[in-house]
Amino acid sequence: MENKKNNLTWKIGGEAGFGIKSAGMMFGKIFMRAGYEVFDYTEYPSIIRGGHNTYQLLVDTRPVNSINKKIDILVALNQNTIEQNFSELNVGGVLIYDSDKAKILPAKLAKAQITGLGIPLTTLAKEAGGEVMRNVMSLGASLALIGQSLDIANKIVKENFSRKGEVVVTNNIKALKIGFDFVTANFKGQFMCQLLTRPANNNILITANEALALGAVAGGLNFYAAYPMTPSSTILHYLAKIADKTGIVVKHAEDEISVANMALGASHVGARAMIGTSGGGFSLMTETLGLVGLTETPLVMVDVQRPGPATGLPTWTEQGDLQFMLHAAQGDFPRIIMAPGDATEAYQMGHQALNWADMYQLPVIILSDKLIAEGNTTIPKFDTKNIKINRGKILTVEQLRKIKEYRRYKVVPDGISPRTLPGMANGFFIANSDEHDPYGFSNEDSQNRIEQVDKRYRKLEQFAKTMSQPLVYGNPKAKKTVVFWGSNKGVILDSYVNLPDKIKSKLRIMQYQYLWPFPAEFTKHILNNSKEILLIENNSNAQLGNLIAQETGIVIKNKLLKYDGRPFFREDIISALKNF
Amino acid sequence: MIEKDFNTSYKPSWCPGCGNFGIFIALKNALVELNIKPENVLLVAGVGCSGNGVNFLKAYGWHSLHGRALPTAVGAKLANKDLTVIVMAGDGDGYGEGMAHFIHAVRGNTNITYITHDNQLYALTTGQAAPTTDKGTQTKSTPGGLIEEKANPITLALSSGGSFVARGFSGDATHLKELLKKAILHQGFSLVDVFQPCVTFNKVNTFKYFFDRLYNLDKKEGYTTNDVLAAYKEAMVWGDKIAYGLFYEDKRPSYDKYLPQLNGPALVKRPMKVRNIEQLLKEFA
Repeated sequence: MENKKNNLTWKIGGEAGFGIKSAGMMFGKIFMRAGYEVFDYTEYPSIIRGGHNTYQLLVDTRPVNSINKKIDILVALNQNTIEQNFSELNVGGVLIYDSDKAKILPAKLAKAQITGLGIPLTTLAKEAGGEVMRNVMSLGASLALIGQSLDIANKIVKENFSRKGEVVVTNNIKALKIGFDFVTANFKGQFMCQLLTRPANNNILITANEALALGAVAGGLNFYAAYPMTPSSTILHYLAKIADKTGIVVKHAEDEISVANMALGASHVGARAMIGTSGGGFSLMTETLGLVGLTETPLVMVDVQRPGPATGLPTWTEQGDLQFMLHAAQGDFPRIIMAPGDATEAYQMGHQALNWADMYQLPVIILSDKLIAEGNTTIPKFDTKNIKINRGKILTVEQLRKIKEYRRYKVVPDGISPRTLPGMANGFFIANSDEHDPYGFSNEDSQNRIEQVDKRYRKLEQFAKTMSQPLVYGNPKAKKTVVFWGSNKGVILDSYVNLPDKIKSKLRIMQYQYLWPFPAEFTKHILNNSKEILLIENNSNAQLGNLIAQETGIVIKNKLLKYDGRPFFREDIISALKNF
Repeated sequence: MIEKDFNTSYKPSWCPGCGNFGIFIALKNALVELNIKPENVLLVAGVGCSGNGVNFLKAYGWHSLHGRALPTAVGAKLANKDLTVIVMAGDGDGYGEGMAHFIHAVRGNTNITYITHDNQLYALTTGQAAPTTDKGTQTKSTPGGLIEEKANPITLALSSGGSFVARGFSGDATHLKELLKKAILHQGFSLVDVFQPCVTFNKVNTFKYFFDRLYNLDKKEGYTTNDVLAAYKEAMVWGDKIAYGLFYEDKRPSYDKYLPQLNGPALVKRPMKVRNIEQLLKEFA
C-alpha cells in the first residue's frame, strides 16, 4: 500500500449503553500492543442510557497526548452519530455505519469526498449471537480498513471478555472476524489511509487518574477516602479494586466532609492519606482544608476539575479551579499546589505529594482535569527506581524518652516541628482546631498567635527553596513565550512538534507544574525577557494569568482561552502558534 | 494508674456545677479501671463546651471542627486499631452540624465510643435551641418557641443499626462510669448520650428535672438489652418519666472485621516501603 501515514484518528459514536467506551478501549489497546502510540478522548452526557456518546482515538507512530478535531474514520452505530459527527471527517475519510440503523445519501458522501461503508451490523451481530456485539464487529471492520491483522485483536477481545465466560469470548471473536471479512470482501483497497508500522514496545495504556493512584500506591499510600464524583471517581474505583491486595484502606464515606475528616484522622495517627474529588466535592472539603493547615497534619487532596460552578458540566473538561485552590478556606496558612500535565507527571506527583505532605506537614493539592483523568495514553511502563519514602520529622519512642517536655508545635527555625503519633508514651499533644500554644492547648495570646502563624509559613519557605521551577520547552532563547499549566501540555507540545522549523525556532514554551508557592523570580526572568507572550488556559478568566499578575505585576494581554467544556484541539493550537 | 494520671495542667473553663465535670470524672475513672494508658487513648472532640474538654484530659487529643469529630475518629481507628478512640461531642455539635455523620457512623459500626454531652441547647454560643431542645422552648434564636420536633438520638441510633445504644446522666457518675466501661469494651460503635444539665443557660432541664424523672433501665425488671423493639418503646418515653441506662446491644462485627487488609498488625504499625507495582501494571499493558 502507498500513502502510509504517521497517524490517523478513529471515532465511534452511539447511545450510552452501546458499548462505545469499551469498544474504544479495546481498539486503543490493540494499537498499543502493535507498537503505536495512542491518546483517547470521550464525550458523553451525564446519563446512563441514551444520549450521544463518542470515543475518539488518535493513533500515531510518535508519542501523542492530544486529539485533532478532524477525524479519518467514523464508526456510526446510529443515525445520530452521522448527524452529529459526519462533518468532522477529513477529505478522503471513511464512514462505517450500521446500514440496518442508519443511512446517508450518496450525494452527501460524494460532496464531502468521503467513502461510505454501510455494513448490516445489526443483522450480522444477531447472527453471531447478539446485537450488543455491533461494537466489536465494527472494530473488526475498522482493522481490515486500516490494514491490521486480527492476531492482536483476538487476544484483546479474549482478555476483555474472559470474566464473562467462554461463550461471550467465542461470540465476540466471531463478530470481530465477520466485520473484518465483510470489509475485506466488499471494500478492499478503497481506503488509502494505512499506517506505517512500528516495532512493539514496553508501553502501557493508562489514564492520569490511574497513574496518579499508582504513584501513590508505590509511594506508600495506605488510606484513601472519597465520595463518587466525576471525573475523579475512577481513582476511587481503581484503588477500591486493589485495596485488599495492596493493604490499603479505601473508604467511600457519606460525603466529602466526612471524606476529608476521616483521612485526616487516619493521617493523624500515622497513615499516608489521600482524598480525591472534583470541584463541587472540594467545596465541601474546604473547611477541613483549613484544619489541615492549622493542625499541621499531612494530607494529599486531589481535585480533578470539571467545568463549574455548581453541578456545571459534569462530564466535560475545564481548568477552572486554580484560583479556588489558591484561596479555599478562611485565614492564612501554607499549602502546596501542583498540576500534572499528563499521566507520567500524575504518577510522579502521586508519590511526590505524599512525601511533601509528610515532610512539610501541610495540605498538598494535586490539580488535574477530566481530559487527562479519563483520557488513556500510551506511555513507557512506570518503574519505582526513583521513588523514596520520606516521612519527614516523626519522633521515635527512644527519641521521645530523651525529651523532657515534648511540644508538638514548638517554634523552630524551619517551622517544621517534629511530630509524634498517638500511642507513643510522653508524646501527648492536642491537634487543635483552635489556635494553640506549642503544646497544642487552646491559646488566644497575641504573641503566641504571631509565632504560630509565622512558624507555619516558614515551612513553605523551606519548601520553596527546593521546589522545581517551571519547565521550558522549545528554543530557550526565543523571545516569543507560550505559557500554560496542566493538561494543555499534550496539545501544545504535540502541535509544536508539527510546526515548520522556522516557526518552532522562534518559540519557547513554559509549563507550570508547581503553582504554589509561586515561582515568581523565574517567571519574571522569563517573561521580562520575552517580546511577546501567549497565555493558553482552559478557563474563561485566565486564572494562571491572574496569578502571574498578582505575583509579578506582569499582565499578559495575549490570551487563548477556551471554556466550552471541550479541550483544545490541535487545530486550535496550531493556528494560534502560527499566528503568534 | 489513678484518675490524676489523666489530668492536664490546663484549668477547666467550664462553669462551676457544669454537667460536663461529672462526665469527665466518670470517663477518667472508667479508663483507670480498664487499665488503659493515657498514651493509648485518642480523644476526639467536637466544638462546643464539651470540645473544650479536650484541653483538660491527658491523652492524645484531636479538637475537630464543629460537627466533624465522628469521621475523624472513624479514620483514626481504621488506621490504628490499637488505640482506644473516644469521641466527645455536644448535642448541637453532634446532632446538628454532625447529624449525617452520626447516622453513618452508627451504620458503619467502627469500634469507637461516642459520648454526647446532651444539655439540650447550644451553650458555648450562649443558649440557642439545639436539635434535642423540646418543642416550644423559647431561646435566643427561637423567641417565639421552637417549632421543630426534638430529635431523639436513641431511636435514631436504633433505626440505623446501632450495636450499642445507651443513655447516661452526669448526675449519676458511678452509673455513668460503669456504662462507659461497657461502651469502651464493646466491639463496635457505642453511643452513650449523656444528659448533662447546663447550669447557666438551661433553666428547664436541670439536675432536679432529671432526678425527678429518670428511671434506670438496668434495674427494670424483665428488661433485656437484646430486644430492639422493647428498646424503641423505652426510648419513646418522654415526659414525667425518662429512661436511662443501656437500651440495646448486639454483637454484629465491627467495620474493620470486614476488611481482610486489616487482619494482623494495625495499619500504621506495618513497615512502610516503596510498593512493587509490577503485578498491578499488567492490566495496563
